[in-house]
Amino acid sequence: MDGGMDFSGYEPGGFYDEMFEAPGRARPGWALLKDKLESLNPGELGTRQSAAEKAFYDLGVTFTVYGRAEGTEKIFPFDIIPRIVLASQWRRIERGLTQRIMALNLFIHDVYNGKEILKDGVVPSDLVLSAQGYFKECEGLSPPLGVWCHITGADLIRDHKGEFFVLEDNLRSPSGVSYVLANRAVLKQTLPQVFAASKVRPVDEYPSLLLDMLHAIAPQRADSPQVGLLTPGVYNSAYYEHSYLAQQTGMELVEGRDLVVRDGYAHMRTTRGLVRVDVLYRRVGEDFLDPKVFRKDSLLGVPGIMDVYRAGRISLANAPGTGVADDKVIYAYVPKIIKYYLDEDPILPNVPTYLCSNPKERAYVLENLEKLVVKPANESGGYGMLVGPASTAAKREEFAMLIRQNPRNYMAQPTIMLSRAPVIVGDHFEGRHVDLRPYIVYGDKIKVLPGGLTRVALVKDSLVVNSSQGGGSKDTWVLSGDG
Amino acid sequence: MLSRVAESIYWMSRYLERAENVARFIDVNWRLALDIPEQDEQWGPLIMITGDYGDFLERYEEGATRENTLHYLTLNPGYPNSVLSCLRAARENARTIREMIPSEMWEIINAFYHDAESVARDPSAFIADPAAFCRRAKQYGLALGGVSLGAMAHDESWRFFNLGQSLERADKTSRILDVKYFILLPSLQDVGTALDYIQWTALLRATSGLQAYRHRHGRIAPQKVAEFLLLDQEFPRSVLFCLMTAQRMLHEITGSRLTYFSNPAEKDLGLLCAQLSYTSMEDILKHGLHEFTDNLQTRMNTAGNAIFTTFFDVIPAIDQTAEQ
Repeated sequence: MDGGMDFSGYEPGGFYDEMFEAPGRARPGWALLKDKLESLNPGELGTRQSAAEKAFYDLGVTFTVYGRAEGTEKIFPFDIIPRIVLASQWRRIERGLTQRIMALNLFIHDVYNGKEILKDGVVPSDLVLSAQGYFKECEGLSPPLGVWCHITGADLIRDHKGEFFVLEDNLRSPSGVSYVLANRAVLKQTLPQVFAASKVRPVDEYPSLLLDMLHAIAPQRADSPQVGLLTPGVYNSAYYEHSYLAQQTGMELVEGRDLVVRDGYAHMRTTRGLVRVDVLYRRVGEDFLDPKVFRKDSLLGVPGIMDVYRAGRISLANAPGTGVADDKVIYAYVPKIIKYYLDEDPILPNVPTYLCSNPKERAYVLENLEKLVVKPANESGGYGMLVGPASTAAKREEFAMLIRQNPRNYMAQPTIMLSRAPVIVGDHFEGRHVDLRPYIVYGDKIKVLPGGLTRVALVKDSLVVNSSQGGGSKDTWVLSGDG
Repeated sequence: MLSRVAESIYWMSRYLERAENVARFIDVNWRLALDIPEQDEQWGPLIMITGDYGDFLERYEEGATRENTLHYLTLNPGYPNSVLSCLRAARENARTIREMIPSEMWEIINAFYHDAESVARDPSAFIADPAAFCRRAKQYGLALGGVSLGAMAHDESWRFFNLGQSLERADKTSRILDVKYFILLPSLQDVGTALDYIQWTALLRATSGLQAYRHRHGRIAPQKVAEFLLLDQEFPRSVLFCLMTAQRMLHEITGSRLTYFSNPAEKDLGLLCAQLSYTSMEDILKHGLHEFTDNLQTRMNTAGNAIFTTFFDVIPAIDQTAEQ
């Protein structure tokens, strides 16, 4: 080959391709990037890809893989071709997510207070009260500003027509935002000219958004509240992110054992004695938060912290109990929830969902397992699910049994042919399936970070983008115009 | 700063210093074995100075052969003070505070650890000639000192790093001196002979102090060597120098004035420094060198415990369980 790599042999296939509307014809906003990539000298793209990987290694951007002994840190695979989102597309995403978070927050508050939506029969009471994310200990609570879900990382996908759908809401403790920031830092060095010419909206404000929100929800509206990030510790898969966010915002990175409840307040143990903590960004699940209230065997939490929280002397983000709206079965009701609280139609649609608790829908699911994706209500990270078209008869039999045993715990969705974007494979480009996880911060108002984590299934033909299942990531460029 | 973070830095530093010093012990003994070919190699004294001889005998029936001793002190993963165990512990501590330490420091810790690990995978060359690994261990140690001095902000975490390092170093220098106590001369008449001289020289080499000693005292004289390693005010591995450094770090952390104390740690260390500052070698020899260093080690342990209760265990763990 005379020139460098080009897209002449690139086959968009029968999928919605993010970059090409037809073979060789780039979509609006992508032409500049295509020209730049094709103008590079032979080998140059590979060199830049290696340089980017080395930069991640040097930055120490890693995640931990469970189930292995020492040396478990791995680099999150990264593809240097960015994923582009036009300003007009982004406006819709932003409006849709704002609407959704607003409604979900009202829902959570209602569930723990008046329960109007349950009384009105819009969402079945038994589904909500049996959700793993529902905690009766949170009944009657009213967090500062009425906000429960301070940090959300919704998963969006596009189908074969390019329509955006919300796949999951992730209201508990979404991770990955550190990769958004690291991807951007590295890509600015990797493709500086095309980056500058593309007028990409910055994501660097995230640490400030986070810190402003944590200050806004502080209990006494003190001038400078003491803020901490509560991590399960160094063995947690997202520890790098915890340490990175603490470093970027200047908040203390604390573990449960660093905190103690005294005289009705939560304190950190420091070399100069106890120091009061006003706000905690918790990356520890409710289950483990307070052994006096939740799991008694938890060593990660702080005994007595729920009493401090109930007394309004510490703010917790996300608020305990938020997970009730992050149940994959409750998910099916989100369009109704939006309608109920806001009297609006959802801007971003849900993926059609069949609930196995409903006898008619369950029968459909059991008859069509080979066409559907089956998910348990409370797993994350792509664990414990069945991708019908790629499954064996034995696996389907196993899931049929699981569903019959515990129908409440399962839902199913049609297998969506996720959109694809090109990645570098050796000396050429190939399409791989992608999703998009934007991050939403809710303090005194809802803010959507213009960007997000584009996760990519690096395994050919795979539809699972989770990092624990062989996924990688791309930088996401939200353009300030429509290209 | 958080007590846990301070404690991690302190122990990371202590474990690194300990790993380096165990290699230094081995180095002295190896030099002696090489320099005195007519005498059988003596490895037992190395374990006696650690205070873990009983534990050793339980694990190795054939006793203190070269192979057993080197394996125990350097590579045994079940012995918490072996070089490999110390490095593993140092690295675990470092991992939890990675955002606090310079990346160069993390790299050296990793390199040191991987080096020891690869020796452990195939120890035959090391058992045959431990000198090369010992030299590398010393270099890692010196490199870590350089990074802490030149790449770490000289803030509270740096002071805890130095506090741990200097207390550990003081303890280990006193134990290096003990090697001479435990090691046997073939007969009484050998005192003051070339053999005796070689042994004292080996102690100085093990502490990287031979040249500094020569500049200061010239001829090798047993009493002077002991004085140099215990009481010298300028040699950075002497016990007094290390304790003075530890004391200064402590007062910089609390902000209290040097000749006063505001907590038990300052009191213990202050007393120890004052006593050593106003002690002569004659006083020490009157009580016996070994008895003196033994007492010193006990008191340094007490000071270490006081540091724990003062800074790391703000609300004692036992108190907390009572509250649940």
